[in-house]
Amino acid sequence: MAGSASEYIQHHLQNLTYGKLPAGYERADGSVVEEATWTLARNGQEASDMGFWALHIDSLGWAVGLGVLFLFLFRMAAKRATSDQPGGLQNFVEVMVEFVDNSVKETFHGKNKVIAPLALTIFCWIFLMNLMDLVPVDFLPQLFHLMGLEYMKVVPTTDVNVTLGMSLSVFALIIYYSLKVKGVGGFLGELTLHPFSSDNLFLKILLVPVNLLLEGVSLIAKPISLALRLFGNLYAGELIFILIALLPLWAQWTLSVPWAIFHILVITLQAFIFMMLTIVYLSMAHEDSH
Amino acid sequence: MNINLTMIGQAIAFFIFVVFCMKYVWPPIMAALQERQKKIADGLAASDRAARDLELAQEKSAQELREAKQQAAALIEQANKRAAQIVEASKDDARKEGQKLIEQAKAEIEQERNQARDALRAEIAAIAVAGAEKILETSVDASKHNEMLEKLAAEL
Repeated sequence: MAGSASEYIQHHLQNLTYGKLPAGYERADGSVVEEATWTLARNGQEASDMGFWALHIDSLGWAVGLGVLFLFLFRMAAKRATSDQPGGLQNFVEVMVEFVDNSVKETFHGKNKVIAPLALTIFCWIFLMNLMDLVPVDFLPQLFHLMGLEYMKVVPTTDVNVTLGMSLSVFALIIYYSLKVKGVGGFLGELTLHPFSSDNLFLKILLVPVNLLLEGVSLIAKPISLALRLFGNLYAGELIFILIALLPLWAQWTLSVPWAIFHILVITLQAFIFMMLTIVYLSMAHEDSH
Repeated sequence: MNINLTMIGQAIAFFIFVVFCMKYVWPPIMAALQERQKKIADGLAASDRAARDLELAQEKSAQELREAKQQAAALIEQANKRAAQIVEASKDDARKEGQKLIEQAKAEIEQERNQARDALRAEIAAIAVAGAEKILETSVDASKHNEMLEKLAAEL
């Protein structure tokens, strides 16, 4: 049981990976690829041996699919948006938009046309991706297994690549707006002349490395913590669902139902936190206080 | 836990979604929201205005009603006064007329009485003469006794 259980868990945590195997690589079935080829990984070892040049087709596919679903729904509502009596969809969309707009206005006081739509996209998209966690863990993998695909991880946010991809995009925006608002000198000054500063020029220069270390770490920590927080929460949640799925069928609901109900809170909260922190970071990037 | 191209792919998808959202989703919804806000504000303002107008109209109508009542009262008073005047005047006329009639009648009566008296006087003189003729069995010369007769008649 122990072997099959760990196999089951590992199988569930393996992404469907499409990547490049190097020349001369011996595959799982013993065959050797003669030259570098792009192919689907047959097991976890192959997937990790593909290194950087690999795509998690399942994560990306679900992420893009859910993003398109979100934009499709919102675009439909936006097209039909009237200032008269709104329909059901428009109502829902308006509630979301107003909620995000209020969150942005409370935190961010500058003028920026990007931040509010960015926050809306982040919140809705991450929420939808997290929501996939509530689909019973074996439903979709089993379905795709019948279609011939060995691995299928349906919750994109349990893939650290997905969360990192988003948080690094946010990081790029932080850098961009910092440079734009404060200028190169201002941004460098913020990194090097803070938090310790002195009126003595010599001391000031002496403190630059210390400040750079502190500020640099806190800057780098932003995208990393953003990505790992979301990833960790969802990965752990998914893992617990998988563990519950190991129980006998008749007993599963006693744990999976409470956990799923609790998880509704987690997925909403995580989407909200990611959105709020993005807004906060970007508003910090806009503040020219130093 | 492999870090790979998926990250880049996700970043690209993220970028595209954000741009799409910024261009085609956010502006129309915000526009609709703001337009509705404006509409509601306008509607509220219009209803306020209408309420004020109504109040003004009510005030005006009350004012006009009051004025009309005053006018009517004035008219009635005038009419009453006039009626009283007319009644007074006609009473006066009637009194005068009556007075005149009475005076006329009195004058006529006086005239008639005078006439009758004169006639009576003449007759009495004749009767007296006749009586005296009878008594004296002589004819009285009317012209001789005229003075006495006239004295007699004046005594009547």
